[in-house]
Amino acid sequence: MDLAAPINSALKRVPAWPLYPLGAVPVVWILWQGLEGKLGVDPTKAIEHQLGLWGLWLLIAGLAITPLQRFAGIRLLKFRRAIGLLAFFYILAHLLVWLVLDVQIPSLIWADIVKRPYITIGMAAFLLMVPLALTSNNWSLRKLGAARWRRLHKLTYVLAPLAAIHFVMVVKGWQLEPIYYLACVVGLLALRLVPKRLRIFAAPPVRS
Amino acid sequence: LANLGAKPSRYSTVEEPNTLEHITTYNNFYEFGTGKDDPAQNAHRLTTDGWEVEVGGLVDKPGTWTMDDILKGTTLEERIYRLRCVEGWSMIIPWVGFELSDLLNRVGVQSGAKYVAFETALRPDEMTGVSSRVLDWPYVEGLRLDEAMNPLTILATGLYDEPIPNQNGAPIRLVVPWKYGFKSIKSIVRITLTDDEPPTSWNKTQPREYGFYSNVNPSVDHPRWSQATERRIGGGLRARRIPTLMFNGYGAEVAELYDGMDLAKHF
Repeated sequence: MDLAAPINSALKRVPAWPLYPLGAVPVVWILWQGLEGKLGVDPTKAIEHQLGLWGLWLLIAGLAITPLQRFAGIRLLKFRRAIGLLAFFYILAHLLVWLVLDVQIPSLIWADIVKRPYITIGMAAFLLMVPLALTSNNWSLRKLGAARWRRLHKLTYVLAPLAAIHFVMVVKGWQLEPIYYLACVVGLLALRLVPKRLRIFAAPPVRS
Repeated sequence: LANLGAKPSRYSTVEEPNTLEHITTYNNFYEFGTGKDDPAQNAHRLTTDGWEVEVGGLVDKPGTWTMDDILKGTTLEERIYRLRCVEGWSMIIPWVGFELSDLLNRVGVQSGAKYVAFETALRPDEMTGVSSRVLDWPYVEGLRLDEAMNPLTILATGLYDEPIPNQNGAPIRLVVPWKYGFKSIKSIVRITLTDDEPPTSWNKTQPREYGFYSNVNPSVDHPRWSQATERRIGGGLRARRIPTLMFNGYGAEVAELYDGMDLAKHF
């Protein structure tokens, strides 16, 4: 808690809105490099892969916020909406590059979605993100009520592992990098299962 | 540039070859890492001086061959071939090499031999990728004897009329242009004639996805992606997909090898 206090007081003065323009920097950088021929000899795959990777990093960052607060006392909650929305936009861009630059042929796109498990899983993860992105605003939060909104946003616990599994299945063979990311996602979800000891000690049993 | 002085071949395609940069910076050679640019970064560690290839099994003259022995008495040809990767991309590559049948005839294939097995060098000190268990090392591949004896099947020792770079399989590699790229095993240290179908690395890892034959076949999809089309490397972001050809366009030379075989079953 000693470490967390100065971090939290410093973060208090940092607004969340700059994350949106900052979050656009990598995507612009990736596309620019691709257009300039700086992403190697297969720029389509490189752009597709890097956008997907950013999406996964942001999902993992979003999932890390609650455990960071609970186990380290670092409060990053106000940044979570921006991180989640950025994850959505990166994965949307990843999907568009796949559609437009990679697969190109509409009949192949549908065939791929229904026939290839890793694409089915990736698409499912993306579709589950849509309602979350649409409700990531104050108006929706008020409209739904905090409890219902929170329940809806628990979809993250399903879609983040799906996104990581998609990456594991995309590559040839059992490669380590995607498995590390999957382990990361599973680990962050598992931390949520740790019983809330503090409450057990602080509060008396509910039934007397 | 004309360094190896390779002779032109009637088996070469007239399509425009990919640049040396394309061919040497975009490689699958998992012994040096699983990323496409890993081999270009890491393969310089491989020492090819004093390279030897052990040729054995059902042959009349088994033995260990230096590269000089192998190249003595062969005529190097330039073979400009299409290369189709199982991942769905392709390139045009001006290999320099000689027909595998040349070497096999020199060692004398015995009548009982039905297959040829190949093995890549395994040098953990020089190959940074083999610490990962992505494949069961050493990398092994195999061909049926008639496939091995087909004039399209070459052992390549050069590229663009220069000695072949390490990341492309120096100093000697197989090139079987009608099969997916992973069949064309790199940096060969052992060639063994056998009477049994030899194990092959990708088939051992995922038998449902990678068969022994692995002929380029647009009508048999990989379980995880379509093989109907391919992306030709080098076209940049605006490159259109092109249809994949049966046997990678080498049907006239090789289709009869598979007469009467169900290629969906023997994929």
